[in-house]
Amino acid sequence: MNIPVLKFDAVIVGAGGAGLRSAIQLSEAGLKTAVLSKVFPTRSHTVAAQGGVAASLGNSEEDHWRWHMYDTVKGSDWLGDQDAIEFMCKKAVEVVVELEHYGMPFDRTDSGKIYQRPFGGHMSNFGEKPVRRSCAAADRTGHAMLHAMYQRNVKANTQFFVEWMALDLIRDSEGHVVGVTAMEMETGQVVIFHTRATIFATGGAGRIFYSSTNAFINTGDGLGMAARAGIPLEDMEFWQFHPTGVAGAGVLITEGVRGEGGILRNSNKERFMERYAPNAKDLASRDVVSRAMATEIKEGRGCGPNKDYVLLDITHLDPATIMKRLPGIREISIQFAGVDPIKAPIPVVPTCHYQMGGIPTDYHGRVVMPRNGDFNAVVPGLYAAGECACASVHGANRLGTNSLLDLLVFGKSAGDSAVEDIKGSKAHRDLPKDAADYSLSRVAAIDNRKGGSSVAEARLAIQRTMQDHAGVFRFADMLKKGAAQILEVEKQVMNLEIKDKSLVWNTARMEALETENLIEVAKATMISAEARKESRGAHVRDDAVDSPEFPNGRNDKEWLKHTLWHREGNKIEYKPVNLNPLTVESVELKTRSY
Amino acid sequence: MERAAYERLRWRSIRRGMLEVDIALTRFLDEQFQSLSAAEQQAFVELADFEDLELWHLISGQEVCEDPRLAPIVAMLRKS
Repeated sequence: MNIPVLKFDAVIVGAGGAGLRSAIQLSEAGLKTAVLSKVFPTRSHTVAAQGGVAASLGNSEEDHWRWHMYDTVKGSDWLGDQDAIEFMCKKAVEVVVELEHYGMPFDRTDSGKIYQRPFGGHMSNFGEKPVRRSCAAADRTGHAMLHAMYQRNVKANTQFFVEWMALDLIRDSEGHVVGVTAMEMETGQVVIFHTRATIFATGGAGRIFYSSTNAFINTGDGLGMAARAGIPLEDMEFWQFHPTGVAGAGVLITEGVRGEGGILRNSNKERFMERYAPNAKDLASRDVVSRAMATEIKEGRGCGPNKDYVLLDITHLDPATIMKRLPGIREISIQFAGVDPIKAPIPVVPTCHYQMGGIPTDYHGRVVMPRNGDFNAVVPGLYAAGECACASVHGANRLGTNSLLDLLVFGKSAGDSAVEDIKGSKAHRDLPKDAADYSLSRVAAIDNRKGGSSVAEARLAIQRTMQDHAGVFRFADMLKKGAAQILEVEKQVMNLEIKDKSLVWNTARMEALETENLIEVAKATMISAEARKESRGAHVRDDAVDSPEFPNGRNDKEWLKHTLWHREGNKIEYKPVNLNPLTVESVELKTRSY
Repeated sequence: MERAAYERLRWRSIRRGMLEVDIALTRFLDEQFQSLSAAEQQAFVELADFEDLELWHLISGQEVCEDPRLAPIVAMLRKS
């Protein structure tokens, strides 16, 4: 079959914060740059980021990148690589100032400097007291960032391919990445992008869970493509959860609801937090509340037909207080839970929010994988940045406002590395003769299959399996069952059928292709989580609890290492954590407590 | 509405930047869109072109839709 070939110096897959930031580097270096996106760039999920971006500007009070580095290492529960963390925290000031020059409307102080506010986990003087480090643009930081960077790209002549979906990486016989295949939705045509650099900026895959704050678009397309191309995924057992998302919808209910007197109840209407945290009760910290909720559900005291959520009750509060102190909560509850919280309690469940792991990279944004005894051998031609990548700066747990920083710093550095590598190479490497065959056969299988499984059902099976077996609080027996079950679900996903066989604008086909990416992330998560027999950061097991020998269940002797999951045979291997920063002393291991 | 136009609208409704908007538009498309008049359907197509934050502010009632053509659709989105 004759497949059109488009030749670019670089292709970037994904037009959220990381993709747009790296595209600026490439286009402004005069390179011919394409950006592929499933949606219009300013509709990427970065738009949902409200918190701000961390940088030790010191505009409001004294601050230092070394303090920021300390907080990030501690937040990561020491699983973050300290070279990458130093690099990110040092670069933070530079990338925020650049963003300001791109026209980002940051909030300002009276004297015209960027206004900074405090955010959880960010402290001064190596963990002493909270510091104001977050730079924001009201409650629309992500939105404003996307707009500023999109405009900058338009000026730099970046070519956007909107409503295109990347399908697979193309690697030559020596393992070099020489481009991607992609499908234009409007025509259904598969096209080869032949490149000297390919950058993945495809975001997270939070849709593997039934309850997720992530937009529907977060299906882990870059992770799926990497896994199918033989690249391992790193630290996929680590996912950040929020205790109170609306059950079945995922939309967040702010923690302020419990602050105003909201009470969590199980199916017996019992205020169960009294048993888990007799003093703080419903106001205990996020992880304690999440674990209690998960335990109630696991022990059969969940509510609803599937007994899979608990209730957040504010019916005892004065309606006037609810309207005044918790604006928007009534609206969200009516819209997404179908209940008026003045009259009935809100169904809630711990809800997935952010993926700490991803495609392994070094701090230059180059994708790396083990080869000939080197854990960090570069995959030539491939780069990754943002939530799809694992540099690793977030380790086992991410600090708020470090995600927008991650995508700016590593978006830029992936772009810079690609520019350097392209300028150091002579020409495009040849495309393999069968460059598009794998993608074409995947698409044809979906198009032609009869009597296969439904996309919606297979996706739901992934999400239910992940939520029930590898949620916020993990149990050894459930992980074991989950690992077997997800491989059963995989068979369903490998047998998808779509009823609509149209070539053009076939959204059912797109959803089927996305589901084939989701399953790769789901397997990586479940199998990595089952294998890690300690608790660390966001990965918490009931059989690895707090003890004098292992504070918080963390076992540095055996588990201070990164997981690498390989699709081939679901093989797991481990690589050491880099405890050596670039220029400063290592942040020494200690118990993580706040 | 012809098939390709509907499918394009579907994609632009089920793949948004914000979860809240994903849910609201997907639900509307599945439950109410087919019973609308051609003019009302066209109004929804225009709304689906709004930025996520603008749409969310309208759907959540933080802002009021001033356009008389779009306002009835916003009201339906809020109820759905």
